[in-house]
Amino acid sequence: MMMPGKLQGSAAGNRTSYSWLTAALIRAAVVILCVMTAVFFLIRIVPGDPAKMILGEYSTPEAIAAMHHTLGLDLPLWEQFIRFVKLLFTSGDTGNSIVSGTSTRVLIAERAPVTMLLIGMACVIAIVIALLLATVAATNKDKLADHLIRIFPAITLGMPIFWVGILFIMLLSVRLRWFPVGGVGEGWSGMLYSLTLPAVTVAFSQIPTLVRSLRAQMLEVLESDFVVTLRAARIPGRVILFKHVLRNSALPTLMLLGVNISYLIGGTLVVEQVFGIKGIGSLLFTSISNRDFPVIQGIALYCAVSVVIISLLVEILAKWLDPRTKGTR
Amino acid sequence: MKTTTIYPELQTDGPKTTLLRRILNTPSLLAGSIMFAVLILLAVFIPYLSPYDPTEQNLSAFLQPPSAEHWLGTDQLGRDLFTRLIYAARTDLTIMVLAEIIPFCTGIFLGMVAGYYGKWVDNVITLITDTFIAFPFYLIVIIVAFASGAGQRGIYITFILVGWIVFARVVRGLSASFREQEWIASARTLGLSGPRIILRHLLPNVLPQAVVVLMTDMVGLLVAIVTLGYLGIGIAPPTPDWGTMIADGQSFISTAWWLSAVPGFAVVYTGIALSLVGDGLADLWRKK
Repeated sequence: MMMPGKLQGSAAGNRTSYSWLTAALIRAAVVILCVMTAVFFLIRIVPGDPAKMILGEYSTPEAIAAMHHTLGLDLPLWEQFIRFVKLLFTSGDTGNSIVSGTSTRVLIAERAPVTMLLIGMACVIAIVIALLLATVAATNKDKLADHLIRIFPAITLGMPIFWVGILFIMLLSVRLRWFPVGGVGEGWSGMLYSLTLPAVTVAFSQIPTLVRSLRAQMLEVLESDFVVTLRAARIPGRVILFKHVLRNSALPTLMLLGVNISYLIGGTLVVEQVFGIKGIGSLLFTSISNRDFPVIQGIALYCAVSVVIISLLVEILAKWLDPRTKGTR
Repeated sequence: MKTTTIYPELQTDGPKTTLLRRILNTPSLLAGSIMFAVLILLAVFIPYLSPYDPTEQNLSAFLQPPSAEHWLGTDQLGRDLFTRLIYAARTDLTIMVLAEIIPFCTGIFLGMVAGYYGKWVDNVITLITDTFIAFPFYLIVIIVAFASGAGQRGIYITFILVGWIVFARVVRGLSASFREQEWIASARTLGLSGPRIILRHLLPNVLPQAVVVLMTDMVGLLVAIVTLGYLGIGIAPPTPDWGTMIADGQSFISTAWWLSAVPGFAVVYTGIALSLVGDGLADLWRKK
């Protein structure tokens, strides 16, 4: 849906020293504050009473009033907001789970490692496959391989990620029995093995965008003056490709992944559901079916804040690594 | 049309080339339109084409493989898969189009306002979009759809809330770049008011690009509708929907794999059709 756009570089070009960094930090902080406010208002702007949702349509008014009190919904809005922000800043929490009574932060911390591992694996797989396909496409420009690789995005655009997962299970788990059908294995190797197929599924949704921009990037480098010079100096094509072209294309790929981190996280939540992985995604869906509002809020908040922080880090890293911006740094 | 399109790249060429000819000369647009039209025609005329009812169960004929009677076989409740597939196209495509109307309009409007006026207006709108973008798309869609109650109403509310951002971002960028160009500056020197410039001059020039984005965005929206259906917080059974069909078929992937596979291909087919139309329109408007 939301197309990967460029990071909003706030006219940092002509400013000197680290002022762009200050500006980026301030912007990220403001967005995080907005995210907190949005999470707070999320259950208040959408129609429906949270208490009614927790207790069911046919609950007594007394029970609803009691639930309002437990959730603090009987207080004036500004007081609720202060309580919410206070709890967030003192303990990084959005309240205790209505079902288990455990704090949301603890619940999320329990589930986060699997999800993070899955996202990390998906990133690695996506980069490796995208680099491979983009290299093939860029070095065979306008030949059959290039055309085939360029059709790929149009086909995958309409592929629901969960459906891709189901197809992989059908083919690779049920038919060929290469991978387990679902769940997470024991120990490190078992875990990596059982997370491979889900990671490939998540990566699959990212590869088309990555290939498209990488291919364009590589073509630009391949046609640039310095590569022409290297060719003229009789440097072998293989060396040029691996040493110069790939290196120059790596940074944009990384940045694009940073921009897309939001889609990666969202896709992972859905894919976890397909493969029965007990991560943040399954916590989200159990909380949804239990109507466990504090936990849902916590997941939304933690995901959004990580997206903001990762985008910020990628922006800083890109500025740091890009030799062209050295003067302005 | 009274509106003057001053932006040179978008000017149509001489009266010799008709619109139809230009469409016929853009193969991707033609192919995409035909693919989409076929689907629409099937969806409209399915009650006359199929002898089966999409929701009526026939437990004596469950999980049948594809045959002459049932082109794509039957599902676990003995319902004809092909019939359900096309009825699901009715549901999903109608929601897809309806749910896109309001976000398309608000997105374009906010984007133009942000891009044209700049300064604090732009800062506020950009801050709102940045905040929304921080939430993983599926996370916010799942939470809002759930909170506003599963079903079609939830889907509409969700996309009114989050769907406008793509358009706002694209249109904002375009408007900001147009603002720097002479024709807008001269319109301002002539004393035209802001709203007038936005509606009469900016809008016709940002619309083509916005429509191209709309095509890809509709694919994304369709996938989101289907995903919500799959997760059980979208269209409620027994109304046929590609997402719930995939979910229902998932229990039978070792015996009747096509139950889950086929509805997915329908989504992919629609996606290819719409992105071809989008590519074609982009070509059409780029070509002089």
